[in-house]
Amino acid sequence: MCVGIPMKLVAIEGELGTVEAAGVEREVGLALLEHPRIGDYVLVHAGYAIEQIDPEEAQETLALLREAGLLDPEPGATGAPPRNAS
Amino acid sequence: MRYLDEFRDPSLVPPLRARIERAASRLGRRATLMEVCGTHTMSIARYGLRELLPASVHLVSGPGCPVCVTPIGYVDHAIALARRPGTVIATFGDMVRVPGSTTSLGAEQGRGARIQVVFSSLDALKLARREPETEVIFLAVGFETTAPTTAATLRQAIAEGTRNFSLLCAHKTIPTALEGLARQPARLDGLLCPPHVSAIIGTRPYERVAAIGIPCVVGGFEPLDILLAVAMLLEQLADGRAEVENEYRRVVARDGNARARAILEELFEPCDAEWRGLGVVPGSGLRLRAEHSAHDAAARFEVSLEPPREPRGCRCAATPDECPLFGKACTPEDPVGACMVSSEGTCAAYHRYGGLR
Ligand code: SF4
Repeated sequence: MCVGIPMKLVAIEGELGTVEAAGVEREVGLALLEHPRIGDYVLVHAGYAIEQIDPEEAQETLALLREAGLLDPEPGATGAPPRNAS
Repeated sequence: MRYLDEFRDPSLVPPLRARIERAASRLGRRATLMEVCGTHTMSIARYGLRELLPASVHLVSGPGCPVCVTPIGYVDHAIALARRPGTVIATFGDMVRVPGSTTSLGAEQGRGARIQVVFSSLDALKLARREPETEVIFLAVGFETTAPTTAATLRQAIAEGTRNFSLLCAHKTIPTALEGLARQPARLDGLLCPPHVSAIIGTRPYERVAAIGIPCVVGGFEPLDILLAVAMLLEQLADGRAEVENEYRRVVARDGNARARAILEELFEPCDAEWRGLGVVPGSGLRLRAEHSAHDAAARFEVSLEPPREPRGCRCAATPDECPLFGKACTPEDPVGACMVSSEGTCAAYHRYGGLR
């Protein structure tokens, strides 16, 4: 049930939208998003877009993954960048 | 595919493994980490991630498969409703084969009940519009990821006046259940928190769990996400920290999705809920607010129910390696318990990919 695949929002019509991934298009509900924009990558769950993917954060996590081999985290240092630490 | 392939890049696995090993040896003792979400369980089995971890690090599966934690009495209720004339049960596919006390929705379908598998509650609403003479009952199960989608669809049904659409509601919420688990004497060292639930609720609710002394990391579903999250958990343990950290920032914000939560709260309110395998957890369920009882199938349609009977010998509450029926009397083709049916169930994951150790 919980398989959220990132899909690209290609059309918006009121509270419905069309998303696309790997050439497959689907209709999704957009009622749960504050500001859906065409071109956003969204996570789709049970027929609704539940959240947008933040491209900058995605890049930061990737950078962190690539650094994993190079950096030996200091004891006491967190494994994630300090910004927005929750 | 964008945002998928990058997080499956095999060349990044060895450095992550090294990082995990460094943290594990710094910790110097056994660590039991729980992956809360059934989709994590599936990903871990599918990519063989258990085999990549040091022997001192154990991953155990949590209560995060929505089908598996649904009590058998709910399945019986759905079956009783399915037997009403002029009724369609609309449900996600996994529920169809879940055994009730004596039968399943799938078996009832063979006897003439109308069961419609849908991918979304929106499809159920469409069906109700198309067939105004039919009562369409949507089986509303799932956690905070799914509950707002149900709420948004019901809001739409109310707004347009579609009266023949109702819910049999058993939505559940994760953090209260986790708090209970974190307080149990069987020691858990850390929680890998569910990513898409967190997309809605944010990371704040886990702060109560971290305050008990259990590190929490929200991690995505892709293999590199999971490995990084495990590294972060072990590093917290080795440092003697218990905090809430977020590996999955590309989707999860600290405050989650406020709009989705507002829609949810407009229609639902907290209630006590029974979890198969855990018992009743106070405040861990969602029910329709009284003013929407016209769309509450449990209130609208009277059916008689026998006392629920759990399948004999099924130990879904434990792990499949302890179950004598696993792979013998109980298989995905002929399941005894819900965990063998659901695509996110622990028993199904172990059966499909192997993984007993
Ligand atoms: S293998 Fe089957 S019977 Fe055993 S615990 Fe899993 S679902 Fe239940």
